[in-house]
Amino acid sequence: MIGLIPFFPLLGFLINGLGGKRISERMSGIIASVVVGLSFIVAITLFGEFLKIGTPLEQTLFTWIAVGKFTVSFSYVLDSLSLVMVLVITGVGLLIHIFSIGYMKGDPGIQRYFSYLNLFTFMMLTLVMSDNFLAMFLGWEGVGLCSYLLIGFWFEDPVKAAAGKKAFIVNRIGDFGFLLAMFLIFSRFGSLKFMDVLIPQQIAQIPIEIVTAITLLLFLGATGKSAQIPLHIWLPDAMAGPTPVSALIHAATMVTAGVYLIARCGILFAASEITMSVIAVIGILTAFFAATIALTETDIKKVLAYSTISQLGFMFAAVGVGAFAAGIFHLMTHAFFKGLLFLAAGSVIHGMSGEQNMLKMGGLKQKMPTTYWTMLAGVAAISGLPLLSGFFSKDEILWNVYSSQFGGNILFGIGLFTAAMTAFYMFRLFFMTFHGDRRWSKEVSPHESPKIMTIPLIMLAVLSVVGGFIGIPESWGGHNFFHQFLQKSTQDATGYITHQYSSGLLLSENILMILSIVAAIGGLLLAYRFYVQRPDIPGKISKSLSIAYKLVSGKYFIDELYGLLFVRPLRNGSELFLKKFDISVIDGIANGSGKVMLVLGNKLRRIQTGVMQNYAAVIFLGVISIIFYLYLK
Amino acid sequence: MISDYIPILVVFILAAGFAFAILALSHILGPRVKNSVKLSPYESGVDLVGKTRVRISIRYFLIALLFIIFDIEIVFLFPWAVVFKDFLSFGWTIFIEMAVFLFILGFGFLYVWKKGALEWE
Amino acid sequence: MDLSLYFTRQDLWGILPEIVLLVGALIILSIELFARSQRAAMLGVGILSLVIAGGFASKNFGSSFILFQGMVTLNDYSTFFDLLYMTAGIVTMVISYNYLERKGGETRGEYFALILFATMGMMLMTRGNDLVIIFLGMELLSLSLYVLVGFLRHDVFSNESAIKYLLLGAFATGFFLFGAVLVYGTTGTTNFQHIASAITNNEILSDTLLSLGIGLLLVGFAFKVALVPFHMWSPDVYQGAPTSVTAFLCTAPKAAGFGALLKVFLVAFPALHADWQDLLWALALLTMIVGNISALVQTNVKRMLAFSSVTHAGYLCIGILVLNEMGVSAILFYLLVYSVMNLGAFGIISLLEKEEKGVNFKDYEGLASKHPWLSASLALFMLSLAGFPPTAGFVAKYTLFSSAISEGYIWLIIIAILNTLVSVYYYVRLIVNMYMRTSEETLVPFLHPLLSVVIFILAISIMFFGVLPGWLIDTVTQAARIYT
Repeated sequence: MIGLIPFFPLLGFLINGLGGKRISERMSGIIASVVVGLSFIVAITLFGEFLKIGTPLEQTLFTWIAVGKFTVSFSYVLDSLSLVMVLVITGVGLLIHIFSIGYMKGDPGIQRYFSYLNLFTFMMLTLVMSDNFLAMFLGWEGVGLCSYLLIGFWFEDPVKAAAGKKAFIVNRIGDFGFLLAMFLIFSRFGSLKFMDVLIPQQIAQIPIEIVTAITLLLFLGATGKSAQIPLHIWLPDAMAGPTPVSALIHAATMVTAGVYLIARCGILFAASEITMSVIAVIGILTAFFAATIALTETDIKKVLAYSTISQLGFMFAAVGVGAFAAGIFHLMTHAFFKGLLFLAAGSVIHGMSGEQNMLKMGGLKQKMPTTYWTMLAGVAAISGLPLLSGFFSKDEILWNVYSSQFGGNILFGIGLFTAAMTAFYMFRLFFMTFHGDRRWSKEVSPHESPKIMTIPLIMLAVLSVVGGFIGIPESWGGHNFFHQFLQKSTQDATGYITHQYSSGLLLSENILMILSIVAAIGGLLLAYRFYVQRPDIPGKISKSLSIAYKLVSGKYFIDELYGLLFVRPLRNGSELFLKKFDISVIDGIANGSGKVMLVLGNKLRRIQTGVMQNYAAVIFLGVISIIFYLYLK
Repeated sequence: MISDYIPILVVFILAAGFAFAILALSHILGPRVKNSVKLSPYESGVDLVGKTRVRISIRYFLIALLFIIFDIEIVFLFPWAVVFKDFLSFGWTIFIEMAVFLFILGFGFLYVWKKGALEWE
Repeated sequence: MDLSLYFTRQDLWGILPEIVLLVGALIILSIELFARSQRAAMLGVGILSLVIAGGFASKNFGSSFILFQGMVTLNDYSTFFDLLYMTAGIVTMVISYNYLERKGGETRGEYFALILFATMGMMLMTRGNDLVIIFLGMELLSLSLYVLVGFLRHDVFSNESAIKYLLLGAFATGFFLFGAVLVYGTTGTTNFQHIASAITNNEILSDTLLSLGIGLLLVGFAFKVALVPFHMWSPDVYQGAPTSVTAFLCTAPKAAGFGALLKVFLVAFPALHADWQDLLWALALLTMIVGNISALVQTNVKRMLAFSSVTHAGYLCIGILVLNEMGVSAILFYLLVYSVMNLGAFGIISLLEKEEKGVNFKDYEGLASKHPWLSASLALFMLSLAGFPPTAGFVAKYTLFSSAISEGYIWLIIIAILNTLVSVYYYVRLIVNMYMRTSEETLVPFLHPLLSVVIFILAISIMFFGVLPGWLIDTVTQAARIYT
């Protein structure tokens, strides 16, 4: 039964992938959506069953690798943590699949698109449902590959193809950490199963340095996948892909895999204070810096991309201070409202015939009423306006950051400020798009999107509004259902961390909440003043703060820095290598295909004698150095 | 162990010393006359004709190679002939062994022949 | 006198596969002599003799024999390699079908006969239990390969690579032979077990000379499997040789080289292995890095794959460094998977090649839209070479690296992983060209049902061993257990 959840998308992938053009455009979208829908139904059924029996559901499909005592079986497991993820992936995924049918209409590669999307769903489900690191890594790599394929979906444009490549390469750096961590885990624990590794008594026997190394390496993997500093550079470029892809992969699911990884291995991470502090600091810093960049960005999708990085930073901050449930809670609500925001942005782009620059929008309220209202719900939710989903989850994170031993006043301060910035840049986006003057050119005629696109928007909007109520804070006298539910998966980890809730805290949870409401509304009002009442102010400010503005709008020039530090030396190095060893031969062969056969003859002879001697000389040199090595010993 | 080989070393030294001594003696004692006849390479007392480097047809090499291959393989017949008598008690085995060897060799020869490697033109 | 002093019936039964191959080769040459146009018949005889020989060889599974007074040993280890060579031989023969004709050459009977001879040589290399036999096998292999590489007689590049291979190969063979002589001189024997016991009983004439001998043997092997700095020949030769030959050249002989090298260290010098750690470490490191960086800048696919195979030799060298049961079985697994991937990749390239076209990255643009199945297979082989799960390449790398980690070579593995990450760039580049670029004229593959079936089987097995490697891992572990 469990196996069915990932099986359906795989089936859809095979049908769409092998059928190709033989499947009609409409049909491929329907197949893709139906298979994800089936998975969703199975997941719901199992959710009910899980609530009834209360123990994780397991299914072993087959033994993958068995060498001596080392065995890895390909098993799927559903506990509360993976159930949440599965429901988000299939639920939000289903809506995005449906939305895609409208959005991708008329694209010649639509079958390819849906097959990739289904493959992605399969891989993502494997990632969250596997019961061991190795199978998880399979999903981890798989989603990376799909994301790469989908970012570069419109590969005719070299910029988009390059964006795909960049995402891929940056992710590989993270994978390096994951792989190495996996080897270390195996050599220390003798197993890769979560059940065998994530046992407090086991972990206590391992030297703390090793645990720190393992967790830091895993965190490196997480930073790559979840676009945290310093590996965040790929996500904004990844917006080159179709917008539903940005919604599904680069907002709702794949990029949250890092958070899931840390929550899953919470016990392991909690054992190392160093790692926890690193995660919390990196998370909050990422949240802050990404938010500052989002302040000046004018491309509607780029704003959302930086906002995603920023929100992911919040999630990392949450898991970094040991509030795993809060992190996952925000992950879920974020999937709702960020999925919604991307789809709404997609709807706007669709209506504007592909325009993404907000400077060329404005006044779209009347033209696209459904998109307007749904997007308002998303913007309000992410800004943390009271009683919306983002409000509950973000408050919980801020409260935990404030109260946990890994957090503190400074981190909380930055977090709160970032929350205010979030409200500001999100309403900036909203006002620039829907209010004010109509800045679009005459050729464009904005129109509301078809029903197949607006219905998913409405459903996501509803979720964004009410989704928070499953996690009402206990200080309100509520009953935090979500925490209770996740407790089974995270209690061991949180048990590790001694919370100092009561003693020595100046502010109570409710006061904190008021602070963050003030921050959110402050941001909102500021954005209203700047972009609706007095649209001339932003220009003036950016002039008076020109250096800071340049720094921020240049995204802190991190891409350029990496280019200078890593990319260029590597390229130069290999080019140097080329010149020294290979250029003559390559030249000879390159010319061979040309007309200059005569020259070639001469050249070839020269190469033969020259290079042959070189080769022999190198071999001889090798022999000499081996003899020298023997002599030294 | 190693001391067993000392006589050989002595022989080496003696031989090398002798050769060196003879060369040195002829260098010291011999008269030196430098004229064109004396400096020209010796070619059976006949005047030089043309360059010393002559291009030889590739066919010679081919034939030489084939000759070496078959000639060396024939060498295997000698030890076989020497021990032949001792093995007669085993019956046909010793004959079959050589027959297989000769068959392969003969096949090679046939192959070479048929491929035209022995044709001069 | 007793004949069994010299050889027994068992000895002859043991080398039956070699005999079959020899007879097959002679039949092919006879056909060539008397009925030259019967290309299909020659191909048939070649494949048939490989299959029969494989059948005889696989009967040895599970048992072990010592033949010819310890000159040759037959066991699971050697049988594993035997079957590997024969598989490579069969695939090579199939993908060679009509290939030389497409390149303006001619498929002669010698081509198939030489593949059979090379297979015999390789079998001797891993069956041999004596330096002389190993040398014999190595020479038989090398001489066949020299000719195969230059088989496109009218192609300058083919000739160039053949002469380069011949000269450098002879150079390296000299070192190998010198090494064997020194080992013989210091231990008084060429038999592996006797060498090992001489070393443990400390009956060695000179430690220095023995070390020098081992070092030179290592050079000989390093040349064969193309470890840096003895790899210089391989890109030129791989590129210049007919692609079908390259497929063979970079798979089976490399496996044979590693197989023999492993056996030498496992059986003859186990006591001295520890002394060679640093050197093997350095060789592995250099080979990985140099191979990888060189592969990055290639524009020719064959050349890229040549450097990639150098890189893979570097990874395999890590296994030699580890040399316990886990390491050896990982090497065997890796060798098989590596062979399948490369046979597949070169096989597809050889199908696509036409005159000057088909070997450059650029030629592959837009292939996917015209030939989805072929491109998918090639993409699969590339992903497997890069080590992506769930392909067999991932499992191979995983088992190899984890065996090294458990022996404590953490830094080497960190570098190895970094290398695999870099390597993704050039493998994926080909996929990008196939799937993400469009081109006016795409390559037209030569597709024969037999070829399609072989490529399909190779692709399926890459997936199969990636998802269900259990059976193969059991087999290689059993094979590795013989000597560890």
